Amino acid sequence: MSLELADVRKVAKLSRLEVSDADLTTMAAQLNRILDYVDALQEVNTDGVEPLAHPLPLQNVFRDDVPTPSLSVAEALANAPSRQGSHFGVPAVFDSDEPVSH
Amino acid sequence: MGEPYKIVVGLEVHVQLLTKTKLFCGCLNQFGLPPNSATCPVCLGMPGTLPVMNRKAFELSLRAALALNCQIAGFTKWDRKNYYYPDLPKNFQTSQYDLPFSHDGFLEVNVHPDPKKGFTPKTVRIIRAHLEEDAGKSMHDDSGRGGDSKVDLNRTGTPLLEIVSHPDIETPEEAIAYLEEVRLMLRELGVSDCEMQEGSLRCDANVNIHVPQSDGSVHATPLVEIKNLNSFRSVGRAISYEAKRHAEEYARDPENFRIEHRLKTTAGWDDPKGVTVVQRHKEAAADYRYFPEPDLVPVIVSKDEVERVRAAMGELPSQQRTRLATQYGLTAYDAEVLTAKGRPMVAYFEEVAGILKDGKAAANRLSDLVYPALTDRREELAEFPLTPAAFAAFVGGTAALPKQDRGEVFKAMLDKGVTLDAAKALVGIQVFDESALRTAVQAAMAANPRAVADFKGGKDAAKMAILGGVMKANKGAPNDVVRRLLDEELAKA
Ligand SMILES: [Zn+2]
Repeated sequence: MSLELADVRKVAKLSRLEVSDADLTTMAAQLNRILDYVDALQEVNTDGVEPLAHPLPLQNVFRDDVPTPSLSVAEALANAPSRQGSHFGVPAVFDSDEPVSH
Repeated sequence: MGEPYKIVVGLEVHVQLLTKTKLFCGCLNQFGLPPNSATCPVCLGMPGTLPVMNRKAFELSLRAALALNCQIAGFTKWDRKNYYYPDLPKNFQTSQYDLPFSHDGFLEVNVHPDPKKGFTPKTVRIIRAHLEEDAGKSMHDDSGRGGDSKVDLNRTGTPLLEIVSHPDIETPEEAIAYLEEVRLMLRELGVSDCEMQEGSLRCDANVNIHVPQSDGSVHATPLVEIKNLNSFRSVGRAISYEAKRHAEEYARDPENFRIEHRLKTTAGWDDPKGVTVVQRHKEAAADYRYFPEPDLVPVIVSKDEVERVRAAMGELPSQQRTRLATQYGLTAYDAEVLTAKGRPMVAYFEEVAGILKDGKAAANRLSDLVYPALTDRREELAEFPLTPAAFAAFVGGTAALPKQDRGEVFKAMLDKGVTLDAAKALVGIQVFDESALRTAVQAAMAANPRAVADFKGGKDAAKMAILGGVMKANKGAPNDVVRRLLDEELAKA
C-alpha cells in the first residue's frame, strides 16, 4: 500500500492540520514506511482465526446509572484558551465544508 | 397523490434517553442546567480518562429496539467516528458502525388519508437502531460581526438512540404519522420524553423522488438529507418542498439530476421562509475514519436477557389498540385516539368501561367531554377532579339527557365541584329517583291490567298506553329510563 501526496493532504485536512508542501513529502514517506511495517502482519496465516473486536478478554462492563459529582464551572473552563461567561469561547466557524451536525 | 412521481423518504430519528446520568460518566443528563455545570474529565475528553457504559442506557435502548420489532445482535461494539467540531471535545463521537446492537425491525403506523377519521395501517421498516453519545451545544454570534461562538458541554456524552428507517415513507403525512408513533411508543416505554423543543427528539429526513419512465424503469433524483427540522409540521413541509424542488430540477435536466450523477447533499430547513438551503456535500462514510473504540469492551446480549427486557416492556401501543378494539368493541379509530392519549388515560377508560359495562359509551363520553375539558382546563389526567367511578356514574346518570344538557351537567360538576345530582339541579334538570319511577310504573300497570294483558297477548302497542300514563304523571322523566323499567316490570308480570 502506498500513499500519494493527495491522500496525505486529505488526511491532514480531515485532521485539521496545516502542513507545508515540503513537510507533506516527508510525511508521505514516513507514513508509507509505517504502513509497510504494518503490512508485515499480512504475512501471518490467519486461517481459522475469528476476527477480534477487542484485545481484552472482557465483555459487558457497565456502571449503574448513579450520579457522581461534576466539576465546578470554573474547573471545567480552567484550561480553555477563551471564555464567554460560563461558556467556552471558540472562533466562529465559517468554512462551508464544516459539518453542521452529525 | 396525483403527482407524476413518487416521493421517497427515509427518516433518521435521534432520541435522548431518560437516564439520570450520561452514557460514559456520572455527570447529570438533564436539560436546562447552568452552562458547563455538568461536565467531568471523561465527558470533557481529557487525556487518560476512560469511559464506562451506563447499564440503564443500554437497557432503555434494548427496550426501544424490541418495541421497534428489531433483531437484537448477540454481539455489539462501539466505534469512533472522527470529526472536528467545537462541541465535540474528544474529536470523535463514540457511536456504532458495523455492529449495531439492533437491526431489521418495523413499525406499523396509521396512514389513513384523514387520520382523524380512520385507521389504515402501513409498515415502515427499520434498518437499525444504535446507541451513541450526543455532542454539546454551540451558540453562534448572530450579530453578524463574526464574534466567538459559545460552547456548552453539558449535553456532551449524554446517551442518544439513533433509529434509521428504510425509505418506505411516501408522503409528508406518512412521515408525521411515523414520528408520532415513534414518539408515543418511546414515551409510553419511558425510553425518552421526545420533546422536540428541548431537542430530546431530533429528526433528519433523506428525501428524493422516483420518476417513472415510459419503458417501465424509474429515474431517481439525488439524495438530500434535510436537517434542522424542529417540529413534526416542519418535517412534513420540508418533504413537500423538497419533492417539488426535485421535480422541477429533474424537469430542467432529466439526464443529470439523477442519483447516479450527483453526491448526496445536506440541506437545512429554514422554517420561517419555508425553504431548504443546501449546506454541503456529505462526507463519505470513510472520511469519518471509523475504527473500533479501544476504551470500551464489547457487549454480549443473551437470549434470556432479551426475553427479560421484552417481558418488562409491557403493552405496546399497537398491541393496546388491538386489545381495546377487541375487548371493548371500539372502532380502530377510537382505539387509536385512546391509545395516543397515553397509558393513564387508557387505564381511566378501562375503569369507566368496566363499571358501565359499555366500552363504546365510555369512549364516546371521554372524547366529547373529558378530552376537551382537559385541554380547556390545561390539566393532566392526574389532576382531573372526577375519578373513574364518578365519571362512570355521570355517564350512566346522564345517558338519557340530550347532548347539550349532559354537557352542562358535566361542566357544572367540574366547575362547581358538585355531585351529579347537585349539578343536575343547578342546570335545572329534574332529578328522578329510579326506585320512585319504578313504583310509578308498577302503579300504572296495576291501574291498567287490561293493557298488561293485551301486551302479554302480543299487542306491543298496548305498552304505549302504560308508558304514556307514567310520563304524564312524571313530567320530564327520562323517557328511556321509564321504557327500560316498564320492559323489566312487564317481563316480570
Ligand atoms: Zn462527565
